[in-house]
Amino acid sequence: MKRMIVCVKPVPDPNAWDRLQMDPVSKTLIREGIPSVINPLDKHAVEAALEMKDLFGAEVILLSMAPFDAQPVLREVLGMGADRAFLLSDKAFAGSDTLATARILAQGIRNIGEFDLIFCGNFTLDGSTAQVPSQVAEFLDIPNVMHVCDMSILKTESLLLTQKIEQGTVKLEAEPPLLLSFTKEANKPRYISFMEILAAEKRKINIWDNAILNIDETLIGLKGSPTQMADLLLQPKQRKGIRLTGNPEEIARKLADKIHQLGII
Amino acid sequence: MDFLLSQREELLRKSVREFAESELPPKIETMEKTGEFPIELLESMAKLGITGIIAPPEYGGVGLGYLARTIALEELGRVCAAIPMGMQVHHMAIAALNDFGTDEQKQKYIPPLAKGDTMGVVAVTEPSGGSDVLGMQATAELKGDKWILNGRKCFITNSHTSDFWIVIAKTAEGAKGLSAFIVEKDHPGAKTGRVEHKIGLRGANTGELVFDNCEIPKENILGQEGGGLAVALKTVSESGRTGMAATALGIVNACLEEAARFASERVLYGKPISSLQAISFYLAEIYTELDICRLLCYRASWMKDQNMRCDTENAMAKSYTCDAAVRCARKAVEIHGAYGILQEYKVQRLLRDAMVTVSAGGTGEIGKVVLARAALAPYRKKK
Repeated sequence: MKRMIVCVKPVPDPNAWDRLQMDPVSKTLIREGIPSVINPLDKHAVEAALEMKDLFGAEVILLSMAPFDAQPVLREVLGMGADRAFLLSDKAFAGSDTLATARILAQGIRNIGEFDLIFCGNFTLDGSTAQVPSQVAEFLDIPNVMHVCDMSILKTESLLLTQKIEQGTVKLEAEPPLLLSFTKEANKPRYISFMEILAAEKRKINIWDNAILNIDETLIGLKGSPTQMADLLLQPKQRKGIRLTGNPEEIARKLADKIHQLGII
Repeated sequence: MDFLLSQREELLRKSVREFAESELPPKIETMEKTGEFPIELLESMAKLGITGIIAPPEYGGVGLGYLARTIALEELGRVCAAIPMGMQVHHMAIAALNDFGTDEQKQKYIPPLAKGDTMGVVAVTEPSGGSDVLGMQATAELKGDKWILNGRKCFITNSHTSDFWIVIAKTAEGAKGLSAFIVEKDHPGAKTGRVEHKIGLRGANTGELVFDNCEIPKENILGQEGGGLAVALKTVSESGRTGMAATALGIVNACLEEAARFASERVLYGKPISSLQAISFYLAEIYTELDICRLLCYRASWMKDQNMRCDTENAMAKSYTCDAAVRCARKAVEIHGAYGILQEYKVQRLLRDAMVTVSAGGTGEIGKVVLARAALAPYRKKK
């Protein structure tokens, strides 16, 4: 195991979600003025990669497609202990849907070169489609295991994976090269130590635009995105009030029935 | 003039905040009940770099300096002020060793502190008082190749959680009669005494050290013989006061958060109490206090990092911030109404903790003596 690539994405800080607004025309989030944080599940992917680094001394590379100003977020993840970072940033990438994003990330990975494993968070907080990891794997023609909630290494250097499914888990054995996407149960991401903050200042964030990736511009950005957003609505948060009527005994009975129906007791 | 923190400092704050919010809350109930410092946290705080934040890298530390330390202590104090109380005294010991120790002493004693193998202590205060340093009664006498130490030190933070202590004692009369010693707990005649049960900062260990014909190797004197006053004053004024201020700054931060959250959620007369002007003015005052305290604390720490003299600025940050913590905590408790005095609510702890910061690390009044001296300096008539 020599090289791990972790795909990470800056997302709007959940603490600032009450300030998030939607552009009524483009149906996209207005991100200006909203601080970015690393997608929480991506931290679990980084931790999984860093565990491989601890075990095998593998190089851990971060890869992100994001605007130019995402560098502080990448710097933060470098502070967890990753070795290098590549930021894929170009106006031509703007408006990419999951397919176009996966195409760009896959090209970024090809440009980085050889790898053993690619790690992703299972989904991102902002889009929550959970499509990109599998699409990247498809573009790279490698297997993909989603919902990984546990990972260990067998002597043969193959991986023993536990995959979370709706009602239980599945145990899988798999061999690199492979793309894995992790759930929050997979591990506890390490804190960013002060020593790593200092070390990360010396680590390089490489910025690659499309002049370097050289992807056909009809296949990326808005033009290369088959997804058409028909409409997007904010879900109003409202408690559904039900008025129970009758004498106190009847009300109590109806209430108990309701609670029973809901399966609470 | 630049009031912005660097990316490094912002990241450090974020890192400590994440750590504090995840790791400290599960410890608080036990700390409040037992009055014991959660010693098991030392390992993870060392991994993060908190224990060795001001220690030089060549002695196993991070070497980040005092502004970084203040931010780290503030973030810990925002969640549980007893933790930075223990940590800031721990840092004082590192500062004393680094400023006054021989290379052998630094090699031997700083790494275990930086790595969190033990906690640091600087023991000055005695039952007869702390501010009157020259009035101390503990004595040390050189006999052959050993110093013989006799006396008691009290109100000593980390007294029972440390493997060695930096102790100031009299080796002669007068200002040049104090000396500092590194005393290991295994030195014959050294022992810990009673543990104090405080109203606040309960999870910070405070206790007594007793020296009964305690034998200390001759080479364990820290600094010059007769240089103990400098060790005590420099360490307290440049490291202790700023650490105490940063701890209180964390409390002020927590007061604002708790008060603003409660005032926004608590509904009276059909609307949140934050819409009542009396409550909103309280919040405005806490909000302003937080900014004043933060600016004072950061300036003092920044000056220390620039190797500027900063005893006055540290005294100002300490006396103002610790008093402000009490004022803000009282307002936060009042905003909570009857809930404010219930143990389930954090604000009562903030008030108790804030009260302890006022007299710890040099009383607020001693701080004001330093400030008055600075204010009057231009008008002092030459004799």
